[in-house]
Amino acid sequence: MLAGMIAGLVVAAVLAPLVERRLGNAAAWVLGVPPLAFVAVVLTHLPQGTAVTLAEARPWLGELGAELAFAVDGLSAVMALLVAGIGALIVVYAGGYMAGKATRGRFLAYLLAFLAAMLGLVLADNVITLFVFWEATSVVSFLLIGFDHERAESRAAAVRALLITGAGGLALLAGLVLAGLAAGDLGLAGAQAWRFSAWAAVDLRQHPHYPAILALIVAGTATKSAQWPFHFWLPGAMAAPTPVSALLHSATMVKAGVFLLARLSPHLGGTAQWRWLVIGAGVTTMLVGAGMALGQRDLKRILAYTTVSVLGTLTMLLGVGTALAVKSAVVLLVAHAMYKAALFLVAGNIDHATGTRDVTALGGLARALPWTAAAAVLAALSMAGAPPMFGFVGKELLYTSKLDLEALGAKLVVAAVVANIALVAAAGQVAVKPFFFPWRQPPHQPHEAPPAMLLGPLLLGLAGLFVGLVPAVFDQTLGPAMASAILGREQDMTLKLWHGMSLEALTVLALSAVTVSGGVGLFFVLRRRLGVAARLVAQASVIGPTRGFDAFLAALPKLAARVTAVVQTPSLGRSVAVAIAATLSVAAPPLLIGDFPRLRAGMAGAGIHEVVLSLLILAGAVMAVALRSRLAAVVALGLTGIGIALLFALLSAPDLAMTQIMVESLTVILLVLLFAHLPPSPDRSSRGQRLRDALLACAAGLLMATFVLAVLPGQFPATTAQFYADRSLAEAFGRNVVNVILVDFRAFDTLGEITVVALAGLGVWGLLRLRLDDPRGDDR
Amino acid sequence: MTSLLLRAATRYLMPVLLLLSVFVLLRGHHEPGGGFIGGLLAAAALAFHALAWGPRATLVLLGVDPRTLIGAGLAVALAAGGLAAWAGGAFLTGHWLHVTVPGLGKVGTPLLFDLGVYLVVVGSSTLILLTLAEEA
Repeated sequence: MLAGMIAGLVVAAVLAPLVERRLGNAAAWVLGVPPLAFVAVVLTHLPQGTAVTLAEARPWLGELGAELAFAVDGLSAVMALLVAGIGALIVVYAGGYMAGKATRGRFLAYLLAFLAAMLGLVLADNVITLFVFWEATSVVSFLLIGFDHERAESRAAAVRALLITGAGGLALLAGLVLAGLAAGDLGLAGAQAWRFSAWAAVDLRQHPHYPAILALIVAGTATKSAQWPFHFWLPGAMAAPTPVSALLHSATMVKAGVFLLARLSPHLGGTAQWRWLVIGAGVTTMLVGAGMALGQRDLKRILAYTTVSVLGTLTMLLGVGTALAVKSAVVLLVAHAMYKAALFLVAGNIDHATGTRDVTALGGLARALPWTAAAAVLAALSMAGAPPMFGFVGKELLYTSKLDLEALGAKLVVAAVVANIALVAAAGQVAVKPFFFPWRQPPHQPHEAPPAMLLGPLLLGLAGLFVGLVPAVFDQTLGPAMASAILGREQDMTLKLWHGMSLEALTVLALSAVTVSGGVGLFFVLRRRLGVAARLVAQASVIGPTRGFDAFLAALPKLAARVTAVVQTPSLGRSVAVAIAATLSVAAPPLLIGDFPRLRAGMAGAGIHEVVLSLLILAGAVMAVALRSRLAAVVALGLTGIGIALLFALLSAPDLAMTQIMVESLTVILLVLLFAHLPPSPDRSSRGQRLRDALLACAAGLLMATFVLAVLPGQFPATTAQFYADRSLAEAFGRNVVNVILVDFRAFDTLGEITVVALAGLGVWGLLRLRLDDPRGDDR
Repeated sequence: MTSLLLRAATRYLMPVLLLLSVFVLLRGHHEPGGGFIGGLLAAAALAFHALAWGPRATLVLLGVDPRTLIGAGLAVALAAGGLAAWAGGAFLTGHWLHVTVPGLGKVGTPLLFDLGVYLVVVGSSTLILLTLAEEA
């Protein structure tokens, strides 16, 4: 059922441009419906405790243990609801945001495709299924960040995000495969070893590969969830249209890393390595993100860095891994998804209405954009953790969970308070300054956004208030199920705004008060001194990883150019010589070191016609080298080729013979065509060059001959040929075994080969065309 | 290259060669032949034509861009494999019609796949040949 629904979403994505063309502005409202189907299905199949509902598995690359397996547990239920719910709102929003643009249909298609990938990711119950959807989200994210592909900045940001998350994805794949193999080692059989839900039966921490598994998987999750030092792709991703930032880069995709950490924490968590690695990454990210947020002028970049900070906090909480920490991660994740998506949409409305996102150029918009302002205030209060919002509940729980810890706790509390003070100030920058501070004249005369662009932010803002006031809608249903799934044991949850008068509760309340007042103070400082903060942050980021990465990216093509300059010279002869020499240097040593094949001398069994043909082939080869006229050399080469073809025919390989003759004919035609471009008289190379070429050619010929001789002496299982010969007619209904092998038994190889043929054709075409269109192309 | 002899010969040889290429494609399952050889044969016929009449004329005769042929060939080959996957088997499992076509024997997805090979080979070879010839 889940697989079918995901497929349905893909179909909706494919149809989206057609729907958009037909329905115009109403299209986004229609396209917002398919994601809601997931909300309905998940809500009606909510799992209790650690239970799993709607589990399904269908075979897919059977031999590799890969299944298409999906299931709903507490964790995936909450994630799917967030993805599908916020996704539907943002699809509707995007309809208004992109109104009047020719690219709207494509944009909606990408958004729906992303939702399909993301839902597949969170609902996956198989390692490989998860990975495939994980990569799919990276690819769609690339398309969306680079959506305005005519801007160099967008393209660069898209490439950067793809490279970082792609590299992390490779690490993740290695980690997941190792984990699956380890689960197999520890006794899980067959497909079970690759199913997350089955891993509870074994203890992966006992396996000797555990440190490698942990490091690789954390590397993967850290890139996806923008953890330091990989965080810098996320602010760059703000080049995407705002609905994308709201959906992918705050509410859903960047949570995928945190989600996977949560998914794996019952299987990999709890060890000292886990704690150091995950807490370390989390705390660093939390502080770096919070600090960087303070020095930004662009609304979206402020939000991006606060997102980085919150992702760090979530990672840290999962690293701590106590029941209380996990519960507070659950609350924070949900609260953050709601308020951050809302704030991004608010930023989009501001940008849309005024033409700028520069916080210093904005002020007094509340009169012009009353509804947007209301949504902004609701979301910002939740972000700042002010009562009675959901964000307040989350922050209280965050502090409590830290106080719970012994030695490390105090330090983590201080770090969390510092980061949250910055978040409060950032919330003020984004949601208070543009609306309520003295009027600034923006580039456009501001106007309120259309309903499609108000529905999302208002609903999400109100949801934060509602869940804060009536926590029972969360702490009796989704919250405990998600915490149970992350911890791997049954949990309950009680959230409240007022915790009574115990010492702990009062301490936490005091910390909250410090956070909010500190944040407000910082906000007022920033108002006057944003320039100073921006300069400080700019200076600090010099030592950051962005520079290093960009330098690396810039150096790579230069390195490639140098290598190419050595290996692929403009002279075709030298390029071929380099290729042959490289092949020889790799292939020859093993042959020389190993048993040299016995050369079976003599001509025993060779008929007179074979001898004659061989002599003919040799004569052709010698003539091709010796002849001075190009045309004559080509004809001599043709002689060799035809001789080989006849040899094939004699040795009862008519298919090979026919192919060889056709290839020979086409080669002659090609060469004749090419001669038109060559200077009339061939310029002979120097004596030294000819000697070098002769040596290389002889060595290459010897190598190939040795190869053939080494392979020939009866090393083939005699059954292989018999196998195909027996089955060709019986099972594939063909008497020509060669053709049956090509198009049936080993058709997959052939598919690869024709792909190569196709690419070769297109490659030649591209090279020649580039040269034709660009007169300077000769130099390159 | 405007040789009257070549031009005259092409008029008669082209149709024969192209028919032969289809024949070789179709007989491939039982006798020597198949999509690869058939494709090369067709490409040779087209190259012949291009030599006699010039690449532009060949392109007009062909009626489609060789790149379209490449794409169509890959699509047909993939579809032949996908049909099997759709029917529940592994990708590229052969499926046959129950009726026997006179002269061909059993007809199934492998023949479709071979048609894809044929199209890719014709498209690719012709693309290279015509691009080279056009530049000349």
